[in-house]
Amino acid sequence: MNIHEYQAKELYRKYGIPVPKGIACMSPAEATVAAKKLIDETGNEVVVVKAQIHAGGRGKAGGVKVVKGVNAATAAANEIFGKTLITHQTGPEGKVVQRLLVEQGLAIKSELYLALVVDRESRRIAIMASTEGGMDIEEVAASTPEKIHTIAIDPAVGLQGYQVRQLAFGLGLSKQEQKNFSKLLGGLAKLFEKEDCSIAEINPLILTEDEQVIALDAKVNFDSNAEFRHRAFWDSVRDLSEEAPTETEAKEAGLSFIQLDGNIGCLVNGAGLAMSTMDTIKYYGGEPANFLDVGGGASQEAVTQAFRIILESDAVQGIFVNIFGGIMRCDTIANGVVAATKELGLTVPLVVRLEGTKVEEGRMILDSSGLAITSAATMAEGAKKIVELAKG
Amino acid sequence: MSILVDKNTRLVVQGMTGSVGQFHTEQMLAYGTKVVAGCTPGKGGQSLMDVPIYDTMRDVVKQTGANASCIFVPPPFAADAILEAVDAEVPLVVCITEGIPVMDMIKARRVLDSQDKTRLVGPNCPGVITPDQCKIGIMPGHVHKAGRVGVVSKSGTLTYEAVGQLTALGIGQSTAVGIGGDPINGTDFIDVLKQFNDDPNTDGVILIGEIGGNAEEQAAAWIKEHFKKPVAGFIAGRTAPPGKRMGHAGAIISGGKGTADAKIEALEDAGVKVAPTPSDMGTTLQSLL
Repeated sequence: MNIHEYQAKELYRKYGIPVPKGIACMSPAEATVAAKKLIDETGNEVVVVKAQIHAGGRGKAGGVKVVKGVNAATAAANEIFGKTLITHQTGPEGKVVQRLLVEQGLAIKSELYLALVVDRESRRIAIMASTEGGMDIEEVAASTPEKIHTIAIDPAVGLQGYQVRQLAFGLGLSKQEQKNFSKLLGGLAKLFEKEDCSIAEINPLILTEDEQVIALDAKVNFDSNAEFRHRAFWDSVRDLSEEAPTETEAKEAGLSFIQLDGNIGCLVNGAGLAMSTMDTIKYYGGEPANFLDVGGGASQEAVTQAFRIILESDAVQGIFVNIFGGIMRCDTIANGVVAATKELGLTVPLVVRLEGTKVEEGRMILDSSGLAITSAATMAEGAKKIVELAKG
Repeated sequence: MSILVDKNTRLVVQGMTGSVGQFHTEQMLAYGTKVVAGCTPGKGGQSLMDVPIYDTMRDVVKQTGANASCIFVPPPFAADAILEAVDAEVPLVVCITEGIPVMDMIKARRVLDSQDKTRLVGPNCPGVITPDQCKIGIMPGHVHKAGRVGVVSKSGTLTYEAVGQLTALGIGQSTAVGIGGDPINGTDFIDVLKQFNDDPNTDGVILIGEIGGNAEEQAAAWIKEHFKKPVAGFIAGRTAPPGKRMGHAGAIISGGKGTADAKIEALEDAGVKVAPTPSDMGTTLQSLL
């Protein structure tokens, strides 16, 4: 799960990680008040107005403005607020800016990069630090990997002093900077573990002339599996407008759903099979409209709900149901398919492939329903048929 | 012969008294698996389907000599259940539970790496089956057939798909192992491949991977170097968009890494014949025998 930069920074403050003074704003008018307050407090005319969306690359897309004075801040806020930002992470449709963060301006001596991630290879939390702050770290990793310093935290003993020193010397920090960096990194490692993060990234982490180390930006992703430990807090920071409504709806029904660009809806059990169903549709010249895993124990109602979600997209010109029942019983799926077809008045072609537990019962239910359902014996046959039928 | 489990496997089910645990225990018993105990704290002394229940895993091992465990414990308590099985020195632990926080698995894996008595398969996997001998997990038993082809897979339903195709072609399986699709798990492809390599009754292997991580690339490198038997492969997620988690916690393409194409290339380079579609997994393997 993603949260906004200003929310991540509030969390950073809680763990003693230095961040610039800043105020979150829900309108340009609030931004004016915030800018005035920050200028009064700091005696510095320079403020930064930052778009708050769940995507990186905001600066390049015009979502971050460094300005001088309240009037300029107001103008910047008016320009950014409501604007649709298109970055390499938003997709072509972009994201509308509905929240702003106004921050004090800081004199930057240099920009660093710092991130904590779950590293599959070491099976530990890895810390990556680089002197190439502000850059796209993937590019740095590809072109100059020697500029990225990495350590992994042993979960039995936690982050050790020597590991912090390795990074600090790698970054060429002064003695005072090392001290500040050590405190910041200790806080970030603690935050990562306690809050069940999957990513905590600071890009850039800045050094100031007076040797402070400050998180100028802040990104935090949480591990959705740990929601049960943080429900109240996560609910308070979740921004539903940043999530696709159908994906949220699906999640509530216990389904795993991702909207795609094609015209063939897919309803499948199991993530691997769902992905391969998409692959097979594409192999036969079609384009999947979604990824949808109904999971292992889906009820008849969940199957109906799955159909409803697929059909919410006008682009859908055919549906392929592909089930290999293990825990999932084919008769449950068949009943769900029949109920959904009757309830929603299906107007697009439907191909169903059933295999596994209770397959005979399932096929019988479909055959005796009197509905226009095309059946298929294998995944390949089903994919071929739906691609043909969807062409009309 | 087979790997990991056979007719001598004595199974304990952790979380047997929950609805999911109970349903699948019934299925495993019906398949012929020797389920010798259940473990549910607070229900020791009771029994279910004639299987005695114990409060702790130490009790289970002491009283029944169980040598494998299957975990259906809900996500908040699943890592604890894994560690309890490790403490009781159960040789094989198969964790079916989906949705364990990665932080819990980092810690559990650290403990697993510091000992050599227990092997963990999973979590978030369908389990392990040696047809006609022992089924541990949630796979539909009836699609399997005893034979000489090994299957190892990150995905549950794709394993059924592969096994179903083999059986339809009249090709039986030695053992099918689901290793799960979580970013941090117990047993990886290479662990299973090593055992298939050494198993005189396995003639070839189907390996099923998916996008995310680099376990498939590592497996490919190992196959190239060490594996002596033919391998057919499949990688799910060729059309998956980057940055989206495709159901499994580990199935995500990020930073241009973990793509299906890179994995397919690595496997082909190692001499693995990769099926063009998932419907061709069985015939691809058949063509190699």
